[in-house]
Amino acid sequence: MKVLDRRRMILVNGVLLALLALSVVGCALLGPVRLDLSQALQDIFSANPDAEILFRARLPRILLGVAIGGGMAACGVVLQALLGNPLACPQMLGVSGGASLGGILGLILFPHWLLPIAGGLLGEISWVPLAAFLGALLSMMLVYRFSLFHGRLHPYHLLLSGVIFNSFVAAVIMFLNSIVDFYQAQGLLFWLMGSLSTRAYLTVAFIWAYIIVGFLWLWAKGLSLNLITLGEEAAMQLGVETVALQRQIFVASSLMIGAMVSVSGMIGFVGLMIPHVVRLIVGSDHRLLLPASFLAGGIFLCWADTLARILLAPAELPVGIITAFFGGPFFLFLLYREGSRKLAL
Amino acid sequence: MNPAIDTRDLSFAYKDRGVLHAVSLSVEKGEMVGILGPNGSGKTTLLRVLSAVLDAQGEIKLNGRNIATYGRRELSKLFAVVAQESHVNFPYTVAEIVLMGRASYHSPFALEGKKDLAVARASMELTDCLSLSDRYLHELSGGEKQRVMIARALAQEPEILLLDEPSAFLDLKHQVQVFELLRRLNRERVLTIVGALHDLNLAALFFSRLVMLREGKIYRDGSPREVLTEKTIDEVYGIRVRVEPDPSGEKPQLFICPSS
Repeated sequence: MKVLDRRRMILVNGVLLALLALSVVGCALLGPVRLDLSQALQDIFSANPDAEILFRARLPRILLGVAIGGGMAACGVVLQALLGNPLACPQMLGVSGGASLGGILGLILFPHWLLPIAGGLLGEISWVPLAAFLGALLSMMLVYRFSLFHGRLHPYHLLLSGVIFNSFVAAVIMFLNSIVDFYQAQGLLFWLMGSLSTRAYLTVAFIWAYIIVGFLWLWAKGLSLNLITLGEEAAMQLGVETVALQRQIFVASSLMIGAMVSVSGMIGFVGLMIPHVVRLIVGSDHRLLLPASFLAGGIFLCWADTLARILLAPAELPVGIITAFFGGPFFLFLLYREGSRKLAL
Repeated sequence: MNPAIDTRDLSFAYKDRGVLHAVSLSVEKGEMVGILGPNGSGKTTLLRVLSAVLDAQGEIKLNGRNIATYGRRELSKLFAVVAQESHVNFPYTVAEIVLMGRASYHSPFALEGKKDLAVARASMELTDCLSLSDRYLHELSGGEKQRVMIARALAQEPEILLLDEPSAFLDLKHQVQVFELLRRLNRERVLTIVGALHDLNLAALFFSRLVMLREGKIYRDGSPREVLTEKTIDEVYGIRVRVEPDPSGEKPQLFICPSS
């Protein structure tokens, strides 16, 4: 009888953590400009071009990519469990659209909203992630409400109303974009496209904070997530307070999605592809699947963004192109395979 | 001693369509009760109400205590439910599925301990699915799956087992196996069993008490001989049957008499 034990937890997460560390270092050294690591580390505080590139340009971007890749993958895992459908992802639930709308309203209505940290000494931090979080949460609650019949969540309706809500929100965003003035519209488009390009460490730290809080919250629910994949009533009968669980999942994943959308838009396919690959390797126990997917998502986006930086250097590709390039065919392959196995959907 | 299950005037409606009407049912500890009735007579709804996934009007007492005072974790140690059919869309192994029955016994933040593993293993042995433990659930046949589901229910170490047509999708051999297992569990472990059943003849052979539902009300409640009469079947199902004793001469069996 093979079951998840502590040894396996440590082994899998340890290996992935090591790979992640290697990826961060490796990706930091890769780029259009050749870096001399010893040079960069020698004299960090004086004006040193190698150190500038490493610590100002590449490292914050990589750290942000790791957080977002991990967050996307973790959200994918959790929403797939909630819907009992291994092909669900955040884009399908209308959450990402809601987060974008929330962020955009924040940008339009309060363009100068900045929260000073330590009286402004440490810099200022944008309110946009918070606005995007609220947008994500509200849209999730709305979509949830429309998928509730006789007090039960109907996954099929949740998927449909989520997809419809997302297109509706896209229209609202285009509308807003047409009524604001030219400069604002430029800014909005730039924000919507999203990118991982250079950010201040303070921003990176705050995004990490949002994502880590959301992730730990969800990880603590790992056992309940296993049970909810069996369906709402089965989970209840096995001892899960399902309504409370659903609400916590909504809040925690909105927290993560809001933060992610506020910096990078939704980077497609990470939340779909990574959980699937990881599930094939480590199994479906969410106590392991969730952290392993987080780490694997971090590794994946780290390399995808590096590819985006160097493929057409000195020009840059949006990282979404890279993930879609891998993700699109992968999704079709999955659908086909699932169809032939009569699993899911 | 308080009865294991005691309901008073249970009523339930989906929107304005009433499904249960003033059902009062009392089940003693260690009893084995079969719930019968045509499709739509409220069997499944009654089980869902009893396992607290639906809220009905009326009162349900479990071991003398109102069901509303139980939390779900506590309830899942008292009750285990085996559904008609279980869909599992994720690749879980049999062992993982059975261990899910232990979720209420260990900390939500911990992995399963030695006791949990031992109980799961014993449950699988009892239901003859230990050899399947590393296979994926979706690869199994209907009969194997149902045995796994019963193993998971047993892993919950419940006092009461609720089954919703446990043999609906099984062939004759597996149907009989499931019923024999239930009878053994009932006798050896003093497990209280309440099952919604489709097959009246099997119900008569294996269950000592039958409750016949008709349009959401209890129509007959008693031994197979009292409940399965030609008159009752005609009134409830609207078909003509002949009832004869089985070869042992103790249990009634139905023979269908087609109208043409």
